Amino acid sequence: MENNKVKVVLGVIGADCHAVGNKILNYALISAGFEVINLGVLVPQEEFINAAIETGAKAILVASLYGHGEIDCRGLKDRCREVGLGDIKLYVGGNLVVGKTDFTAVRDKFLAMGYDRVYEPGILPDQVIVDLKNDLGV
Amino acid sequence: MSNVLLIDFGSTYTKITAVDVEREIVLGTARGITTVETDIMDGLNQALDELFSKAGKLEFAKVLGCSSAAGGLKMVAIGLVVELTVEAAKRAALGAGAKIMGVYGNELSEYEIEEIAALNPEIILLAGGTDGGNKEVILHNAKMLTTLGKDIPVIVAGNKSAAPQVVKILSEVMTEVVHTENVMPRLNELNIEPARETIRNVFLRRIVEAKGLNKANQFVDHMVMPTPAAVLKAADLLGKGTSYESGLGDLMVIDIGGATTDVYSIAKGDPNRANVALKGLPEPFAKRTVEGDLGMRYSATALFKAAGAKMIADFAVVTEADVEAYMQKVEENIEYLPQSDVESKVEIAMGRACTCLATERHVGQVEKVFTLLGEAFVQKGKDLTAVKIVVGTGGVIVNHKEPEGILMGTAYEESTPHMLKPISPEFWIDEEYIMASMGLLGGEYPDVAIRMMKKYIVRR
Repeated sequence: MENNKVKVVLGVIGADCHAVGNKILNYALISAGFEVINLGVLVPQEEFINAAIETGAKAILVASLYGHGEIDCRGLKDRCREVGLGDIKLYVGGNLVVGKTDFTAVRDKFLAMGYDRVYEPGILPDQVIVDLKNDLGV
Repeated sequence: MSNVLLIDFGSTYTKITAVDVEREIVLGTARGITTVETDIMDGLNQALDELFSKAGKLEFAKVLGCSSAAGGLKMVAIGLVVELTVEAAKRAALGAGAKIMGVYGNELSEYEIEEIAALNPEIILLAGGTDGGNKEVILHNAKMLTTLGKDIPVIVAGNKSAAPQVVKILSEVMTEVVHTENVMPRLNELNIEPARETIRNVFLRRIVEAKGLNKANQFVDHMVMPTPAAVLKAADLLGKGTSYESGLGDLMVIDIGGATTDVYSIAKGDPNRANVALKGLPEPFAKRTVEGDLGMRYSATALFKAAGAKMIADFAVVTEADVEAYMQKVEENIEYLPQSDVESKVEIAMGRACTCLATERHVGQVEKVFTLLGEAFVQKGKDLTAVKIVVGTGGVIVNHKEPEGILMGTAYEESTPHMLKPISPEFWIDEEYIMASMGLLGGEYPDVAIRMMKKYIVRR
């Protein structure tokens, strides 16, 4: 089935098993016309990267909901650069840190790690879809 | 007339099996030296003479052959990501009965092209990219392959969107470029059957001739497949059965040779316990792996390195020095057979080390992960803990006095609980050494082949 849909890789990183948000995002992205390579939960960084290389995806969407996001997400950008995916868009969202921290600080931290978009809890899929379309020019 | 002759042109011996498909019996077996350098018929005639002297003059309604002569079917598999399309390409080649000389991922470099040229494979399998996925790498690799300076058949089984262009690039230089379905059309989805079939066809068209096996063509009706593919086919039939003849269910087959150890499993391999998540590529139901560093003679040094003197000494209950001494002897003189009690023990222990390590590399592994939600288990590969039947075939096991001692290496061990090996296997021996033949026969007479295997492969 040949198609020209833009491909994006989706998954919940690290030892995180939260599957509900993943399913909602998966559904919303497909409905918006993207081809989603959904890796599900418990996804190591290597799997995000391998999937993106092989499928030619334009963006990697990382979710983390269990508070260890900072540890799990660190270094993904560097690995992407290492394998020749320097231009791929990296989005991250969920409950990235434990407790009620000022989100500006969290956003800055993840932007500094090389993520292009950082979403705070409560953001709806629509926002992500708008951003994706803008960033990827579709 | 219901006699069929089945021939296995092996690397050393040409083994023949005469069967009567109506009475479903083996009429006789015999072997000659494989004479591929001069005339393949010489060794075959030698075997036939032996057969006729044992079983009387026979006539055959059909003659089928398989071959692993002249080094088997030498292949190189190329993909993109090592864990994904490279692995898929490798599995397709293994399933087709190939001997894999090298596997390559990402963009090929000039050095790797030199290496491939030196390996001189008979078929190159070129994969890379899911359908509609990455195109650049497979296109790059196709261009690089045109600089090989050799005319080698290439099978293209990568991103279908790039396939026409890949074929075009390669066809400018190579005479035989065959396109088939992608080995991985979508991420983590294996589709190796079309590539397997294409490899077999190219083997029949090109390789049989190149190896001088066509000289047997007047005599042999069909050169059906490479020998390991015949064994895989036999194992598949014996496990699954047909609609008319039931199979034995999940099983494994072990074949140890002088240079390699082959492991086959016919089983789905889904987790046997609750709360286990599957990771990694899906596994083929009929799976073959082959270990080039585990063998009894040519690979004795490599086996020594892989297993370590201690493992073999522990299995044999002898000293490490005994192990070292014996393994040096057999490496120097591959015809050498054990002369003392200690040497016999080491020989069995070497076989057990081969089966042990080859099985560990074949089966899946389970890992315990700790999550905030409690303990969870992640399984990669096949869970073969519930497999009951382990069949031993191949010269080393079949001709051995105590094959159970060798096959014991397939069993689950409490010291390595993460290795999903059979927990309580029964050992069955292919005493007449007919499995490859039955794979050949199974093409046309699957029910007969199953019944004959049930009769001639015996439980110890």
